[in-house]
Amino acid sequence: MGEQKGMTIQGNMATALGAKLCDPDVVPAYPITPSTLFPEKISEYIADGELDAEMIRVESEHSAMSACIGASASGARTCTASASQGIALMHEMLFIAAGMRLPIVMAVGNRALSAPINIWADHQDSVSSRDSGWMQFYAEKNQEGLDLMILAFRIAEDERVLLPAMVGIDGFVLTHTVEGVQVPAKEDVDDFLPPYDPPHGKLDPENPMTFGSLGTPDFYQELKYDQTEALENAPEVIDEIFDEFEEEFGREYNRITPYKCDDADIILLTMGSMSGTARAAVDEMREEGEKVGLAKMTVFRPFPGDLLKEIAGDADGLAVVDRNISPGFGGAMFAESAGTFINESKSPLMKNFIVGLGGREIFKENFKEMYEKTKEAVEAGEVEKPVEWINMNEDVMR
Amino acid sequence: MSEDEDKELFASGHRMCAGCGEGTAMRAILNEAGPNTIATVATGCLEVTTTAFPQTAWEIPLIHAAFENAASVASGIEVALKQMDKKGETNIVSFAGDGGTFDIGFQALSGMFERKHNITHICLDNEAYMNTGIQRCSSTPYGASTTTSPSGEVSIGEDRPKKPLARISGAHDIPYVATATIAYVDDLRKKVRKALDADGPALVHVFAPCPTGWRHGSDDSVELARLAVETGIFVLWEAEDGEICDINITKKPKDRKPVEEYLKKQRRFAHLTDEHIEKIQEEVDEKCEEYGF
Repeated sequence: MGEQKGMTIQGNMATALGAKLCDPDVVPAYPITPSTLFPEKISEYIADGELDAEMIRVESEHSAMSACIGASASGARTCTASASQGIALMHEMLFIAAGMRLPIVMAVGNRALSAPINIWADHQDSVSSRDSGWMQFYAEKNQEGLDLMILAFRIAEDERVLLPAMVGIDGFVLTHTVEGVQVPAKEDVDDFLPPYDPPHGKLDPENPMTFGSLGTPDFYQELKYDQTEALENAPEVIDEIFDEFEEEFGREYNRITPYKCDDADIILLTMGSMSGTARAAVDEMREEGEKVGLAKMTVFRPFPGDLLKEIAGDADGLAVVDRNISPGFGGAMFAESAGTFINESKSPLMKNFIVGLGGREIFKENFKEMYEKTKEAVEAGEVEKPVEWINMNEDVMR
Repeated sequence: MSEDEDKELFASGHRMCAGCGEGTAMRAILNEAGPNTIATVATGCLEVTTTAFPQTAWEIPLIHAAFENAASVASGIEVALKQMDKKGETNIVSFAGDGGTFDIGFQALSGMFERKHNITHICLDNEAYMNTGIQRCSSTPYGASTTTSPSGEVSIGEDRPKKPLARISGAHDIPYVATATIAYVDDLRKKVRKALDADGPALVHVFAPCPTGWRHGSDDSVELARLAVETGIFVLWEAEDGEICDINITKKPKDRKPVEEYLKKQRRFAHLTDEHIEKIQEEVDEKCEEYGF
């Protein structure tokens, strides 16, 4: 076991460093705020001879993902980075990468979608691609961004999974914020992550195959079933690899991590960097005697419904905190949490809170307000207003 | 000629229309390229008719991703092989129709040219979106009736000239650009070979008649491709190292035939009046003068 090295770095550098430790062969990328530092760092590593990889400086995000698909189908370990409009532009290709079962890894600097144009933290970009068949991991802090990159490659390339994965770090809040991280030794990452060798073939003149066939109605549904099954079976692999990572590197990961949930009446469900603020709010409320807990979702796809039921099944209320909005319904995490409990005999009452869109600050007081509102619903025994927007600027609303 | 000449790399049994110009072109192109070739293909007739799961007409590795990105998928392959030290003599070829090259795929193509990937892009040009049912694109010639540029009481059909794809490609200063047709297969193969041997990106623009979309007899495809050259409608040329002034006319029609001979054989031009035909003739004359014959 080599020693881990302490560094104080921005989130984009943490994901870039995580990628570097995984020795990608090809990195097609297109710059977009707030993830631009990722391709800059990869370029720098290559320029300085620290990383033996090829960058493809493509002319669009659509071509970035297209080149990722070509490279990965050729057997190369492939990664990229993007955000916001870039992910929207490559939306078409995300489905194709997953449909071809290519273990591409993408670092995401989570950012709002236009209009109005906005470059700040928001989960709308990757959440909107949740049906693309990619795994989705979200980091609370830079350390998680770094570790999740390594984990994403290992899980994506596992023969039982073979699906692409995104690692989201919140725009600016993490991408541009300097934090201390522990960097694993290269030789330990090499042991943890064996070289990628596509188990079911690649583009190879010695063994010609057709990738991306036409799937007629006679076959399409079965091929989609196979792909979906692989994603639905992934939790077992994810848990196993999270455990192995903890043994090797001493940091614990869970698809959902509970905090003070055992005796909690009301649980806040969060994702991304807001979780740190929520934890502090929970601590303060606990001191005041409130029985509140926090469930932090790290893996959004495949959706960890099994763990959510374990963690929140006995609670009276669940406050689902979404940094995204599906107009016409509510937050994505809320819809899926509600779906998780649909056939359970016992289910917490659920409230959905829309917060932090387009980089709106999220404060401890906001979590306290969400707690109070959920508590009121529990006490009333009914949820009058399932979806509420928190921390609105009333001056603008007038 | 490839070493493995006895093995057809574009297998029979595909689902192309009878008389499809693309089929004739593909057989010649893949046999010239040989088995040590990896291909990408854009969504379109070629892809739909040759890759229905669980069958394939391709005896070489092929990847189809989407409509607009055959050139960027190929970029990923080329770089991956280079990085993993497997490039060797493997040819990388991206195939797309005119829609996937002239229109929706043009950005990806321009990016591939600019980055100087060692990739040959083959455009199989049948002058409209044939796979979706004969809609016009920027390759559709003046006067052609298509389902989105129909001729009518007050419409001549397509009212804009064909986009000069090969010249625009040449303007990227790439090592090799050529136009070819299925009427001159030796010429087509020679150009494909030059494109593959070029040190960098290359384009071969292949004129491929479409009996279904042009509404001509399925036994007339080769004849129409020949007439297109003999009338000056489609000029065969090649350019090396992006020197557009050094256009090398590879096949000069000695006594140019009137365009009417070409137009009259296709029902997509059936509505054209003598006046229209005269206008097309003038434009072709002017273009041929530019090319020097």
